[in-house]
Amino acid sequence: MAAHNFKHALFCAFITLLISYPILGFNLEAQGINITITGADTTTILGVLLAAVVVFLFQLFRDQIMGRVGDLTSLTAGKHKEPMAENRRAKIESWVLTGIVILALFWPFFMSRGAVDLATLVLIYIMLALGLNVVVGLAGLLDLGYVAFYAVGAYTFALLSQYLGVSFWFALPIGALLAATFGLVLGFPVLRLRGDYLAIVTLGFGEIIRILLNNWTNLTGGPNGIGGIPDPTLFGMEFGRRVKEEGNTSFHETFGIAYSGEHKVIFLYLIALVLAVFTALVIRRFMRMPVGRAWEALREDEIAARSLGLSRTAVKLSAFTIGAFFAGFAGTVFASKQGFISPESFVFLESAIILAIVVLGGMGSQIGVVLAAIAVTILPELAREFSEYRMLIFGAAMVLMMVWRPQGLMPMRRIHIELKKQE
Amino acid sequence: MLEVKNLSMRFGGLLAVDQVSLDVQEREIVSIIGPNGAGKTTVFNCMSGFYQPTGGQILFEGQEVQGRPDYKISRLGMVRTFQHVRLFNQMTVVENLLVAQHRHLNTNLVAGLLKTPSYREREQKSLDRAAYWLDRVGLMDLANREAGNLAYGQQRRLEIARCMVTEPKLLMLDEPAAGLNPAETKDLNQLIVSLKEDYCVSVVLIEHDMSLVMDISDRINVINQGRPLASGTPEEIRQNDDVIKAYLGEA
Ligand SMILES: Nc1ncnc2c1ncn2[C@@H]1O[C@H](COP(=O)(O)OP(=O)(O)OP(=O)(O)O)[C@@H](O)[C@H]1O
Ligand SMILES: [Mg+2]
Repeated sequence: MAAHNFKHALFCAFITLLISYPILGFNLEAQGINITITGADTTTILGVLLAAVVVFLFQLFRDQIMGRVGDLTSLTAGKHKEPMAENRRAKIESWVLTGIVILALFWPFFMSRGAVDLATLVLIYIMLALGLNVVVGLAGLLDLGYVAFYAVGAYTFALLSQYLGVSFWFALPIGALLAATFGLVLGFPVLRLRGDYLAIVTLGFGEIIRILLNNWTNLTGGPNGIGGIPDPTLFGMEFGRRVKEEGNTSFHETFGIAYSGEHKVIFLYLIALVLAVFTALVIRRFMRMPVGRAWEALREDEIAARSLGLSRTAVKLSAFTIGAFFAGFAGTVFASKQGFISPESFVFLESAIILAIVVLGGMGSQIGVVLAAIAVTILPELAREFSEYRMLIFGAAMVLMMVWRPQGLMPMRRIHIELKKQE
Repeated sequence: MLEVKNLSMRFGGLLAVDQVSLDVQEREIVSIIGPNGAGKTTVFNCMSGFYQPTGGQILFEGQEVQGRPDYKISRLGMVRTFQHVRLFNQMTVVENLLVAQHRHLNTNLVAGLLKTPSYREREQKSLDRAAYWLDRVGLMDLANREAGNLAYGQQRRLEIARCMVTEPKLLMLDEPAAGLNPAETKDLNQLIVSLKEDYCVSVVLIEHDMSLVMDISDRINVINQGRPLASGTPEEIRQNDDVIKAYLGEA
């Protein structure tokens, strides 16, 4: 056993050296038009050696370390706690949630502009993740091209405002509905595929939409994107210093207060908050409705579900469409927040991040997804100095999570329908 | 009401079902028996639309159903259970029954979101129907448990209840007594008879428990290695030399 461990540790350390030395140890330097390879300085080499030693030690004592991590899990998961009564827990949960929402309503008035802006982004990710949660967490369909629907929402608003001068409030439902239509149309042919095949095809669709946006230059502006997307208005009041559109008034003049750029940021934040809460509530309701049960049934045992008369295509398509609908919502808000969009914002990495949020949060769990969205969006901002290592930290966090809590931060607790005893 | 004519099913080189015919009248219990691997489950799979038969015809109330998608066949009123119980394990017992009533429910999303009166009414009706059948199969006390945590015999009964809430005309049971103790088998016997007597359901039964089969069947079909061997009343089957040789003698 020990000998086997030792061999394995040695092997892992060797692999570490093999991979990291060429990448970190050689520098390509441009001298004029020639590129030469120079060796790295001693600190880098020492670093690589140190990394190899760390890997070696970890692999050698792997069983003990993992044992500790396992203990940690049982501590935090509160295995020894009595489970709370179902309805009591639900009540407490809804109180806590209401409290958080009220807090979130007043919070931006005391914060800096940058923080509110970031919070808006978090809310957009929450919407996206809640929507994807329906597809992946509830219906069990691995969708790697979710960002496509986000893009459809954003571009719908951008194009409508550019060509037809449509305002945010009109574009919001149109964007969401169009995204849902895309979900329906794209979903139809691909949903008979299963598992990995579905993942690959949706991945392809995500890329197709992005490439289309990139190349359809005379409509979408191609890589240059679309700018000048208007901000939302409040009953015809604009938040800019000067009124841009005729017939509108400006917010600060109407209320006789001094102009401040913060008003607009806070207003957008509040819109995002309302929409995120709306998304969460609607999806929560769906989960208790026949559709929600059908999603879960199909995920748990497709053959049994079909034998009871559930149409696989219809049920899966409904999940796909509803997920796309909320992505369209998020996309519209995003376009309005940024004022400028380009295909850059809708790369595969975005899909991966949203999926990571769902998995980290615990598939199917709404609170977990919200927490994970906050963590995944804010942590990189806090660790800006390490931005080069962002993906590295991200990957490490994912691996740690899978070891520590494979079911995610807050594993899904199903909302049960109780059968009340009749007399 | 059900007529299966010369059904054949070929898997590559293996002819799992060869020219099997079967007919079921209203309120009748018809059994299919045969040694392991005879092709009984395959016949069910063809009838319920899981397999597309390679030959023959299946008529349900005069309509051809072979090759139709499984969920459509189920909606016509032909529902089945599985040799290996297939419940939605993480859902509660009631929820298993609610899923089965999916097509009876108001599936209009907007009505559900707004909780319109008609939506509530249907939801309540489906809960009532679920409660009725839970009571009927003796699982009322376990209504809010996770289905996966039930004992095996209870899971079998839940599976039958789940079929019954869809209000089928024909019920196909694949070895419902497998794994049950004698007391449970007796309950099952009464349940199946009552489904026929009280709820006007026809039953096609695959079963290895001979005393159960002989007791409740109106007619029995024997198949052996995919081919029909004999058919008739329990009395005739009991005295059929071929059957005794091929099946009963062997057991
Ligand atoms: N999908 C399939 N592909 C290939 N062969 C199959 C398939 N399904 C069943 N078979 C074969 O068909 C034959 C009949 O199988 P079937 O399951 O219908 O038997 P059975 O009568 O239900 O037996 P048991 O009493 O053990 O349940 C077996 O030889 C089996 O291996
Ligand atoms: Mg079988």
